[in-house]
Amino acid sequence: MSGLDDRVARRESWLDRVLSHDRPRSRWLALALVVVVVGLLVAPFAFPGAKAMGVAAKMLVFVVLVASYDLLLGYAGIVSFAHTMFFGIGAYGVAIASTRMGEGAGAVVAGTAAALALSLGLSLLIGLASLRVRAIFFAMITLAVAAAFQTLASQLSDLTGGEDGLTFRNPPQLSPSWEPFDHPVLGVTIDGRLLTYYLLFVAAVLLFLALLRIVNSPFGRVLQAIRENDFRVEAIGLRTVAYRTLANVLAAAFATVAGALLALWLRYTGPQTTLGFEVMLDILLMVVIGGMGTMYGAVVGTVLFLFAQNYLQDALGAAHDALAAHVPALAPFVAPERWLLWLSVLFVLCVYHFPTGVVGRLRDARRAAGAADTSATESRR
Amino acid sequence: MKAAARTSLAPVLGLIGLMLVAAPLVGSGSTWVTLTVAGLAMGMIVFVIASGLTLVFGLMDVLNFGHGVFIALGAFVATSVMAGLAAWAGGSALANLAAVGAAMLVAMAVAGAIGLAFERVLIRPVYGQHLKQILVTMGGMIIGEELIKATWGPDQIPLPLPDVLRGAWVVGDAAIEKYRVAASAVGLVVLAALLWTLNRTKVGLLIRAGVQDREMVEALGYRIGRLFIGVFVAGSALAGLGGVMWGLYQQDVVPQMGAQVNVLIFIVIIIGGPGSTLGALVGALAVGLLANYAGYLAPKFALFSNIALMAAVLAWRPRGLYPVTSR
Repeated sequence: MSGLDDRVARRESWLDRVLSHDRPRSRWLALALVVVVVGLLVAPFAFPGAKAMGVAAKMLVFVVLVASYDLLLGYAGIVSFAHTMFFGIGAYGVAIASTRMGEGAGAVVAGTAAALALSLGLSLLIGLASLRVRAIFFAMITLAVAAAFQTLASQLSDLTGGEDGLTFRNPPQLSPSWEPFDHPVLGVTIDGRLLTYYLLFVAAVLLFLALLRIVNSPFGRVLQAIRENDFRVEAIGLRTVAYRTLANVLAAAFATVAGALLALWLRYTGPQTTLGFEVMLDILLMVVIGGMGTMYGAVVGTVLFLFAQNYLQDALGAAHDALAAHVPALAPFVAPERWLLWLSVLFVLCVYHFPTGVVGRLRDARRAAGAADTSATESRR
Repeated sequence: MKAAARTSLAPVLGLIGLMLVAAPLVGSGSTWVTLTVAGLAMGMIVFVIASGLTLVFGLMDVLNFGHGVFIALGAFVATSVMAGLAAWAGGSALANLAAVGAAMLVAMAVAGAIGLAFERVLIRPVYGQHLKQILVTMGGMIIGEELIKATWGPDQIPLPLPDVLRGAWVVGDAAIEKYRVAASAVGLVVLAALLWTLNRTKVGLLIRAGVQDREMVEALGYRIGRLFIGVFVAGSALAGLGGVMWGLYQQDVVPQMGAQVNVLIFIVIIIGGPGSTLGALVGALAVGLLANYAGYLAPKFALFSNIALMAAVLAWRPRGLYPVTSR
C-alpha cells in the first residue's frame, strides 16, 4: 500500500519537475493538452497528407512563437509589435546562411547563431532605449522599428531576395529526397521531411518546457508583479527596467529559434511568411484566444486558431457565394480575401468578453465547480 | 524648471540647425531649397494628422493605435468626392479649389462621424486599461482597413491634383511645387485655429488643464468625458483632413496608407512629448525635413533616419521635447 503511495508520489514529482509545478489545473485542459501532444506526435503516421503535415508543423513552430510572446504580453504586460521581426531574423538567418554557405548542418547552426546574436543585440537596444522611458512608448517604438525592418528586408534584395524571398536546400538528412530505409514503416516512407518534423517536435517541446520553467521561476513571479503594479515592485527595490529588458531579450531569443525552425520546415523564407503584419495579428489572436498569462493558453490558442484559419476561409467562401446571388451589395464584405476583417472582429470581441481566454475559462469553471462541491458538502453537514 | 522646458527654444534651434547641417551635405543650393520646402510641407501635413492624436493621448491617456484608419478614410472619401465633382476639378481655377475644399470638408465630416462611433463602441469600454486599449484600437485599425478594402476595393486609387495646384514656381534655380505651398498654408491655418482654440477659448483652457491634470479639472465640476469625446471627434476629423492632404501629396491612395502614416505619427508624438501641440509641430517638421534630406542622400535608410532621430531625442529628453502631462 505504502509502496503504491510512494510510486504515486514519485510519479507526481516527476511530472511536477517537467512542468515546473505549473499543472494545467483543469481536467478538460489536461485532456486537451494530452490530445494535442499525442496528435502532433503521431501526425505523420495518422495524417500523412502534405497539407495535414504542413498544418501540424506550423502548429509546432507557432506554439513556441506564441508562448514566447505570452511571456511578454501575458506575464510582463508589455505590448510589442516587433515579435515578428525576431521571428523573421531567425528564418532569414537560416535561409541566408544556407544559400551563401551551401546546404549543410554547419550553415543552419551558423545562421541560427548569427540570427540569435542579431536578435539579442536588437532587443537589448530596443529594450534599453524604450522600456527605460515609458512602458507605453514601447508599443509605438516596436511598431516603428518593425515597419522599418520589413521595408529594409524587402529592399536589401541582394541579401534577402526582396519580396520573392529565398528558397534554399536543407542539410541532406533533412531534405525530402533522403530515404534511409528501402521499405515504408507503418505504411509511411521514412524520409528527411519526417525527420525534420520530429526535429521540430522535439525542439518545440523542449523550448515550451523551458518557457514554462522561466515563467514559474522567481524571475517570472517578478514579471507578473510588474504587470500588476510596477510602482510597488520598484518600491520593494527591484529594478523593473532590468527585468522588463531581460524579458524582452528572452522572448526575442525564443522567437528567433522559432523562426529558424519554420525556415527548416518550409525550406523557404519570405517577408509574408515571417515579417508581415498579418503574422503579428495571428500571434496576438492566438495569445488572446488561448488566454494571456498562461503558457498552456499558447498551445490551445495556436491549435484552435490554425484549425479555424483554414475553416473560416472556406466558410466565408460559401457565405460569399450565397450572398452574391441574393444581396450582391454585401458580398464584398464576406469575400474570402476579407477574412482578416472577421478575424479582427473576433479579436476585439475576445479582448472585451473573453479576456482570460480558453484556459482562463476552463480554470474558472473548475474553481466554480469546486466551490459548488464545498458548498454542497457544507449544506449536507 | 518644468515651465522652462515647456517653452524651451532649444528644439526650434535644433530644427534650424538640421536645415543648416543638411545644406552642405546636399551640395546644390537649389536642390536644398526644393528639399526643404518639400520637408516643411510634409511636416505640416503630418502635424495636421498628429495634433489630434497627441491631444487625445494627453487628455485621456488613451493611446489610439487606430488613428491611421481615419487618415485612409479621409483620403478614400476624397477620391469619391473628387470623382463626383470631376466637372469642377477640370474647370476654372476657382472651381478647382472648390472641389478640393469640398473634398476636404466631406472627408472631415465623415472621419469625425466615424471617429465618434469608434470612440463610443471601441474605446469607451476600455478607459484606463492601457493594454486592452492598445489591443482593441489595433484591432479597430485592421477592421477599418478591411472595411475600406471591401468598400473601395483593395487596389491603389489615383487622387490626381487639380490643374491649379499642379506644376511649380521657379525661383532662381529652385523649383517650388505649388501644392507643397498650398499644403503648408492649410497646415498653418489649422495650426492657427488650434492655437487660438487652445489659448483663447474656455474650451481650450479646459483641454489644456485636463492634459496637465485630469482629476483636478473633474474636481472643479467639468465633465471631462464630454470634452474628451469632442477632442476625439475633432482629432479624427483632422486626421481625415490630413489624409486628403497626404493623398494629394502622394497623388494616389492605398488602404494600407493609414498604417504607414501611423508609424510616422507615433514617432512625431514620442519626439514632441505626448499631449504637446508645440511638440507635435516641431516633431512633425523635424520628421518631414529629415525624411526628405535622407530620401535624397541615402534612400534605403530614410525610414531608419526617423527612428535614429527618435532615439537621439529620447536620449536628450526622455519625456519628449516638450513634456506637458503630469503622468
